Amino acid sequence: MTRRAVLQGGGAAMALPGIASAEAGAGPSRGLNRERDMSTVELTVNGDRVQLQLDPRTTLLDALREHMQLTGTKKGCDHGQCGACTVIVEGQRINSCLTLAVMHEGESVTTIEGLGTPEKLHPMQRAFVSHDGYQCGYCTPGQICSAVAVLAEIEAGIPSHATEDLEQVMLSDTELRERMSGNICRCAAYPNIIAAIRDVAAGEKA
Amino acid sequence: MRPFTYSRAASVEDAVAAGSSGGRFIAGGTNLLDLMKLQIETPSRLIDVNHLGLNRIEATPEGGLRIGAMVRNTALAAHKDVRRDYAVLSRALLAGASGQLRNKATTAGNLLQRTRCPYFYDTRMPCNKRKPGSGCGAVQGVSRSLAIVGTSDACIAQHPSDMAVAMRVLDATVDTVAADGARRSIPIADFHQLPGDTPDVETVLKQGELITSVTLPKPLGGTHVYRKVRDRSSYAFALVSVAAVFNGEGGSRFAFGGIAPKPWRVAAADAAASAGSGRVAEAALANARPTAQNAFKQQLVANTLTSIFRQQEARS
Repeated sequence: MTRRAVLQGGGAAMALPGIASAEAGAGPSRGLNRERDMSTVELTVNGDRVQLQLDPRTTLLDALREHMQLTGTKKGCDHGQCGACTVIVEGQRINSCLTLAVMHEGESVTTIEGLGTPEKLHPMQRAFVSHDGYQCGYCTPGQICSAVAVLAEIEAGIPSHATEDLEQVMLSDTELRERMSGNICRCAAYPNIIAAIRDVAAGEKA
Repeated sequence: MRPFTYSRAASVEDAVAAGSSGGRFIAGGTNLLDLMKLQIETPSRLIDVNHLGLNRIEATPEGGLRIGAMVRNTALAAHKDVRRDYAVLSRALLAGASGQLRNKATTAGNLLQRTRCPYFYDTRMPCNKRKPGSGCGAVQGVSRSLAIVGTSDACIAQHPSDMAVAMRVLDATVDTVAADGARRSIPIADFHQLPGDTPDVETVLKQGELITSVTLPKPLGGTHVYRKVRDRSSYAFALVSVAAVFNGEGGSRFAFGGIAPKPWRVAAADAAASAGSGRVAEAALANARPTAQNAFKQQLVANTLTSIFRQQEARS
């Protein structure tokens, strides 16, 4: 019995209406979620269709973590500044803390759990392990989701601030650093993160 | 966040009707939700305008480009016509925010984003923009990053956008529709308001007026530059930025970011281009009223102009 299992066992209770999360409402009586104030939203998360009934104020991040117990995605700053909450929605990386779950009706979401598992690691996960691309691991799911999307963005020819010729996007460490600048790491695993991403990029070309 | 009802507008007509009766539009949400979490914005009704088909980029009969209001910043920066013909716009967009934010933020939202002045953000502090009449904590407080020109005694906040500076240098127009169906095209120069006595009023938009597109005139040609000067080499707002088009249609032109409540452009500065970077800086910053803490920005503007002028000379 792990701590995580105990917390997840209590998760169903925690997601019930009537138990407001800390930031759901600051006013006294408006804080409780009532049936009639709830919204429904249907999402496809990591390939699974889910239907949620939630307070419209619920961010996609909180929907994933609190309503679906997908706690891989982390809440670092909750204000779109750290990137720890990065997930892939309809093929695009976004900060899940700065969007409402209800805004994504019918859309597909991929979290770190959907990229790979301990038994079947995504190549980016494998590269982060072999290059020691994390220390505390808190920013890591966001780093990995972001990195996977970055390689797709480069592949699609989307330029960045680091791109010399706007019409010709090329892979380089400078490009990777610039594109990953929205994912902060307090442990400063940055050099190894870049090495891991570079490794995967080279592998994809091979 | 304070509780709200959420609905998706099915049409532009629906959206403006809902907007004029008090609903608040949400597109990317990357600024609005940030402010709602801090209860700086407290809409009771959110109207999702992401599904109105306002996400296309099309040529105009005049040879320009009409950019849908809901085109994402990433898509706009990467559009082949923008990269080729309006490179200053691509560069400005790419200099801003992070990849994740650019994927979600929209053209209209970027124009409407609000200042990051720390006194505006801290709800315990006096702020005439957030709470009219409460005073301005910045003017005698920490003002290093704030505006040096276009300010008033009531407010010295700067507009944070990079994209808007490029839009200003390109003479974009903002196309809107109101609840009564009236459409208008607002030159970007007139879109944002200076603070004056009413810093809480930031644009000329009326209640419920929806931005549908931003239109660019036909390409200017010339050499396009966006230079952003900031404390970090990435993922930071501008202390000073310059959007320049050298030797385009009608001559050279400059717009400045980080230094004013709206993208700053001065006709006399454009006209001074042939007289050199020093004259351009002088003209751009005439009537500057910096604080002791941000007066350095005047020299920074001058130095940035010198740098891009030298770079331009080296190209020729």
